[in-house]
Amino acid sequence: MDSTIYQGAITGAYIIASILFILSLGGLSHQESARRGNIFGMLGMAIAIVATAFHESIESYVYILIPMLLGGAVGAWRASRVQMTQMPELVALLHSFVGMAAVLVGFSSYLGSEGLYSGAEKVVHEVEIYLGILIGAVTFTGSVIAFGKLNGFITSKPMIFPGRHLVNLAGLLICIWYGYDFIQAADIPHGMIALIIMTIIALLFGVHMVMAIGGADMPVVISMLNSYSGWAAAATGFMLSNDLLIVTGALVGSSGAILSYIMCRAMNRKFISVIMGGFGGQVTRSGAGQADQGNAVEISQDECGATLNNISSLIIVPGYGMAVAHAQHAVFELTRKLRDKGVNVRFAIHPVAGRMPGHMNVLLAEARVPYDIVLEMDEIQDDLADTDMVMVIGANDIVNPSAIDDPEGPIAGMPVIEVWNAREVIVLKRSMASGYAGIENPLFFKPNTKMLFGDARDSIEGLIAHLI
Amino acid sequence: MIVGIPKEIAVNEKRVSCTPDEVKRIKGLGYDVLIESEAGVSAGFADQDYADAGAEVGLNASSLWDRSDIVCKIRPPEMHAEIGNHESTLIRDSKMLISVYEPALRKEMTAQIAEAGGTVLALDAIPRISRAQKMDVLSSMANIAGYRAVLEAGNHFGRFFTGQITAAGKIAPAKVLVIGAGVAGLSAIGAAVSLGAIVRAFDTRPEVKDQIESMNAEFLDLDFEEEGEGTGGYAKVMSEAFIAAEMALFAEQARDVDIIITTALIPGKPAPKLITKDMVHSMRRGSVIVDLAAEQGGNCELTVPDEVTNQEGVTIIGFTDLTSRMAHQASALFAANIFHLLTDLTPGKDGNLVLDLEDDIVRGSTIVKQGEILWPPPPIQPSVAPPKSTSTPTENEPVEKPTPRKRAISTLIGMGVAGILLIAMGSVAPASFMMHFTVFVLACFVGWQVIWNVTPALHTPLMSVTNAISGIILIGAMLQIDASSQLAVWLAIVAVTIASINVFGGFLVTQRMLKMFRKE
Repeated sequence: MDSTIYQGAITGAYIIASILFILSLGGLSHQESARRGNIFGMLGMAIAIVATAFHESIESYVYILIPMLLGGAVGAWRASRVQMTQMPELVALLHSFVGMAAVLVGFSSYLGSEGLYSGAEKVVHEVEIYLGILIGAVTFTGSVIAFGKLNGFITSKPMIFPGRHLVNLAGLLICIWYGYDFIQAADIPHGMIALIIMTIIALLFGVHMVMAIGGADMPVVISMLNSYSGWAAAATGFMLSNDLLIVTGALVGSSGAILSYIMCRAMNRKFISVIMGGFGGQVTRSGAGQADQGNAVEISQDECGATLNNISSLIIVPGYGMAVAHAQHAVFELTRKLRDKGVNVRFAIHPVAGRMPGHMNVLLAEARVPYDIVLEMDEIQDDLADTDMVMVIGANDIVNPSAIDDPEGPIAGMPVIEVWNAREVIVLKRSMASGYAGIENPLFFKPNTKMLFGDARDSIEGLIAHLI
Repeated sequence: MIVGIPKEIAVNEKRVSCTPDEVKRIKGLGYDVLIESEAGVSAGFADQDYADAGAEVGLNASSLWDRSDIVCKIRPPEMHAEIGNHESTLIRDSKMLISVYEPALRKEMTAQIAEAGGTVLALDAIPRISRAQKMDVLSSMANIAGYRAVLEAGNHFGRFFTGQITAAGKIAPAKVLVIGAGVAGLSAIGAAVSLGAIVRAFDTRPEVKDQIESMNAEFLDLDFEEEGEGTGGYAKVMSEAFIAAEMALFAEQARDVDIIITTALIPGKPAPKLITKDMVHSMRRGSVIVDLAAEQGGNCELTVPDEVTNQEGVTIIGFTDLTSRMAHQASALFAANIFHLLTDLTPGKDGNLVLDLEDDIVRGSTIVKQGEILWPPPPIQPSVAPPKSTSTPTENEPVEKPTPRKRAISTLIGMGVAGILLIAMGSVAPASFMMHFTVFVLACFVGWQVIWNVTPALHTPLMSVTNAISGIILIGAMLQIDASSQLAVWLAIVAVTIASINVFGGFLVTQRMLKMFRKE
């Protein structure tokens, strides 16, 4: 068959794949259509790969098939074994793979471009390669560090080097200078030197950037790296003149950007200040509202269990502590028992609860909590005042009243779940330590708040034993 | 410093101001604790229990008063027969007394303690602000009194509280009327409701209606609107018309109910007489009245303080020591209140008590501080608007907010600049690049529109699915697989491998997650 017919058919298949990808993301707007959406995504990917296999330049199918089977097997294995509490780590790791692949494809494309382009096209192509590798490299190391922080290999506290803004600026200037050098390079070996130096700087920059960001800002970092991985794919599409890569990369890039925006809004912080890092390192104490806090009243499992037998409505506010303690199954057991008794149990989810967007929803879904009783902050805020009890499980900053009461505090203006409006608040916590934002939580000292100290899972299992 | 717990000397007083559990906690604040011999026996706490908790026990009264820096008591100071002196004379030279004190009744004693250089904290003078609820002995004691009142009534009432239909016939539920819905009244309502009685409650403050109804009792409305003045009826002073209406309501209820529990008190005045002799006589034989206001003269005309009397078959209970009749529970709550107060007074947790007169709670409850009389305290500023000395002025300054018009202009300028840049780029860049760029920009817009519709609950699956589809970079790697350079081919092979991990791993984990989301 004529190669131009092939080319046309491939382009047609790419259009179908693009539409399927868009439908795939569109399907996620509701739980009911989400699984269908995912299947659209798989279908689109299959069509794209098969169509590409018919590309005229591809002959060594063995080189494709074997690595693909190998990678596919590893991916499937990880996907079936990963615990839901580790989803943030897995996502971070997958981001790093996209970054890595973009770097490799960029180098490969440059090495194979000998004599293919000239004039303005050559310049444009080389700029594309340069940018693709730059973004890919930053994504790669940034994601690896994020993975390490989420996993606990690296401390989740922000690590800030002196003069880091100057270091970053110097890095940027060197990258620009070598970019100019790269485009001017007479042949590929010369260009490679500039390219490798830039790659090393970009890799270091990725490390440096994420190291400076604290654990509580992880939802923003993960979303941002998600966005970067999309832009890396799009840049690869430009360098290979492949519209499907461009479309897909742009979809993923804007998805990540929107998520970052939503996360920042949920913390009332500017994207730039999150990226600049340093939040949550030092314990910030502002003058107002810190003076008289009194002391927190502790409650025992017995007392708390007794109270649970006398309520008719309960709202549970989960946080990262629930994920750490793997308490979601115990929480569901408690929910089920209480609902059998006729108690109206619901969940309130803050957008930045946990370490990635939607983290709590996935954990609760894993524990088989029906999603129609899992509500967003805005949906449930007004119902709190009519609720007998709120149970805060391992959350801190997202229920901190100083976001509203203390206009000069570090989290002023952050939307929070106003749990203190309920008749009674039980806070499950391991200790009185402050949250990631490093500020005191006046909630613990409110007269209707009681503290139930201990591991969240042990506490909840203890409470279940007290239900009649 | 040393905290001393004496045995209460008042007649019929069975409570004790500290329990073994609280001894442990008070020791945690850095204090040493002394317990007078047999101080807790009548409340069910043996000396050995205290010793096990870490207190020093076995002291007699005089050595306890002698060695303690802080004496925590329940009742106000009285003549101590064993020591042979009035307790108030023992509070001198920087010794401190923490107890219920009723300062308005004890001006002379206060002056005498001040002269001796003592310090007195009155538990009943702690301002009733929300922060102080955990140290409010009046509330915790009223809670017990209300609960006990129902039990006392049950004790003298010859029938069930709850209604039942049994093989032997039908049992009607008891009807209980609670007058006054303060802490004691609400506690009585709760206890009576949970025993199964039909409970009605009345209070002159209409705002407690919700509280009463929330406890599954019926709020008795006074149909007073027609006669009320335009300004809102009884808000200021209870008019005679109001009292007449109220009495008519009680008379009507008295004929209907089986048990009446009265808790009506007006601060600093004798208790109002609400249940007249005629009402008592109109009640069915076997009915019970519990008068929690007996100590202040009683809400019922026929109440005899501290006694149970019978008027034509109606039992009237006038006990004034209801809390002492639950000495164990009352001591536990009282001791917890004391502990919370000591916690507030011991900021360093080092056993050193600090009286910070800037603190409303301390200022309100300190009657005498080392010889200086501080009672009565200045009125507390309402805590509705916390002082915000620095921030208030800035809040009033006009904040420059972008008006819609300004925003529209800046959007227009932004779009103009972007347009010019695009045209400039198009004029130098090759045509093929501009075509790809068109696709890119349109795809960004589509992505932007689609992603906003994603429900926040699915943000994690969204990230894993975008992860999978950004594995599309796989086809980029495939296209390089037959590149001219050997190194390029190897790089492409590695890229295919890791991109495949992404594609397969991403889609499969998304599928796994989405399967978990279930509706009921």
